[in-house]
Amino acid sequence: MDIIAQLFAGLSLGSVLLLAALGLSLTFGQMGVINMAHGEFMMAGAYTAFVVQGVIGDAGISLLVALPLGFLVGGLLGLLLEATLIHRMYRRPLDTLLVTWGVALVLQQVARDVFGAPNVDVRAPAWLSGAVEIGGLALPRTRLFILALAIVCVVALALALRATPLGRRIRAVVQNRDLAEASGISSRGTDRVTFFVGSGLAGIAGVALTLLGSIGPTLGTSYIVDAFLVVVAGGIGQIKGTVIAATALGLMQAFFEYSTTASVAKVLVFVAIVAFLQLRPQGLVSVRTRSLA
Amino acid sequence: MRLRSTSPHGATRLSTVTLAALCVIALSACGARVDAGSPGASSSAESCVDTSGDTVKIGFLNSLSGTMAISEQTVHDSLQLAAQEINADGGVLGKQLEIVSEDGQSEPTVFAEKAGKLITSDCVAAVFGGWTSASRKAMLPVFEAQDSLLFYPVQYEGLESSPNIFYTGATTNQQIVPALDYLAEQGTKSLFLVGSDYVFPRTANKIINAYAEAHDIEIVGEEYAPLGHTDFSTIVNKVKSADADAVFNTLNGDSNVAFFKEYNNAGISAHDMPVVSVSIAEEEVGGIGVENIEGQLTAWNYYQTVDSPANSAFVEAFKAEYGEDRPTSDPMEAAYTSLYLWKAMVEKAESFDVDDVTAAADGVTFDAPEGEVVVNGDNHHIAKTALIGKIGADGLIHTEWSSQEPIEPDPFLEGYDWADGLS
Repeated sequence: MDIIAQLFAGLSLGSVLLLAALGLSLTFGQMGVINMAHGEFMMAGAYTAFVVQGVIGDAGISLLVALPLGFLVGGLLGLLLEATLIHRMYRRPLDTLLVTWGVALVLQQVARDVFGAPNVDVRAPAWLSGAVEIGGLALPRTRLFILALAIVCVVALALALRATPLGRRIRAVVQNRDLAEASGISSRGTDRVTFFVGSGLAGIAGVALTLLGSIGPTLGTSYIVDAFLVVVAGGIGQIKGTVIAATALGLMQAFFEYSTTASVAKVLVFVAIVAFLQLRPQGLVSVRTRSLA
Repeated sequence: MRLRSTSPHGATRLSTVTLAALCVIALSACGARVDAGSPGASSSAESCVDTSGDTVKIGFLNSLSGTMAISEQTVHDSLQLAAQEINADGGVLGKQLEIVSEDGQSEPTVFAEKAGKLITSDCVAAVFGGWTSASRKAMLPVFEAQDSLLFYPVQYEGLESSPNIFYTGATTNQQIVPALDYLAEQGTKSLFLVGSDYVFPRTANKIINAYAEAHDIEIVGEEYAPLGHTDFSTIVNKVKSADADAVFNTLNGDSNVAFFKEYNNAGISAHDMPVVSVSIAEEEVGGIGVENIEGQLTAWNYYQTVDSPANSAFVEAFKAEYGEDRPTSDPMEAAYTSLYLWKAMVEKAESFDVDDVTAAADGVTFDAPEGEVVVNGDNHHIAKTALIGKIGADGLIHTEWSSQEPIEPDPFLEGYDWADGLS
């Protein structure tokens, strides 16, 4: 039974990592922008949940309202960042890294000034408290909810990329920007929308994380490293790779942690990633293109 | 670069850059190098404190920025309150206190530097502050080399006694050992230990293991999470399947939030398996969420709810100064008390000189908000009453059990047979 419990713990951790990394796989993966402020967009989502709950009161309704609103808040912040700073430095990834890190620190301080330095609390709705008992196994409802949310986000994103005109444009720009432009696609507009969606997903992740962890100005920093690891290991720009990598890292962490300790497990996971990237530097899944660059 | 990122080659380079950047960020968190006693270690210990005028300078050294600022700002606030009260009441030996505040920036090296500055260039008569053990360890050689005084207001892992430091927070035999006594009294036969992976929890758990062995309590698990760990499902699974009588929690900071949410979500109640925490005070309860932690236990020497005239006055004065919504907690009270204790020592010695003050320290008492405290002149700790509290629905902590009388400080646990070989 312990193995099944750990299997669930691993899948659940994987779903948290996936939510945190999904938006990043769009902005970092598809556009090549190293956005260190991604974690702070998650924090913005979490504080959105806090504010919404303060206004509405009922924990259940406010969670359902906060999810789309968190997407909007994260997305708009991302759009603002893209329009003011990032679009000026698309060909200078190292500069973007530094600039977005600076933006991250600014956002943290803004949160500290607006909401105060101590953590705030977002109550979980009654229908998410406690656990579902299946054959002696207790599965926390919050974790089931996050697992479902992660699946919904992945499916929605995959459908959007595959079946909508917007998705076609994004894929075209990713595969060959020059050719896409030559075919009449506005790569500038596509970039903006991609960044909006990617940052919005961070906002959703932030709302979901209020069910599990602390909500404070430094919330983003606890997840950003893991999120980047997932995207890099999964193969840049590949949703399929991100899903597999997040699940694998979650399961690895859960099982290593079960048989050793949390600290050792973390080390083992890092070692595994380094070893894996030695063998397969392009990550799990990679796009082959005929572009020259 | 954005075009290249789609090709395997570009992807590699981008990943390398990212990984390198992440390494730098991850490492910067633990890059505190401490150069023992470097600021002015070579200069003589001749004091430059000026007591000829109407004022005397004292230093407050707390982290007002960085990760520890959340906690240390509260200590700074209560130190300021104590100084205001003392000044309004005529000062110390007729001299008004002049405060020099420095920011320790949550960095042990900065604490050591700023301590040196306060002693040698501001010429303060005593310094009040520090929070993490790392900051205290970094300042210790500075105070010893300069023969100056530090008042340290936070509970810590014991096993230290410097002639230049007064410890006004609890040592282990005033917090952890009484908590274990309480659990044993309640009939606890098995314990699960959960802590953050650094010096305080590891030392505390060593003591708990020794105690358990001597008192027929079984330790059914001992788990450490890295600082800042956010996912506790595995640890809670282990706790759950171990099914101990109680959990002893030495986690620090934000990890507590994730731990208690997980604990609650896994359906374990405070009634089935109570958690005793030693790092959760009134300040932290709000961030964890009262609904997640109600009914759990804490071990401290002071709660806002302590019923005494001295405490009512303290709580009232603090709220009047800083706002109705600000709770008072153990480290804040210990800091407030430390300033009054220094005042009492100085007045007993009738001198601001460090040697005179330490010589007069033994037996100095103060009617503190937590109850009467007495300074022990040998080990520079103070006798304190241990209080086990239960977190209530109002977000405050209510005393459940008390050691009745103040416990003499014993930082090296010399008075406990079972603790042989620990220090």
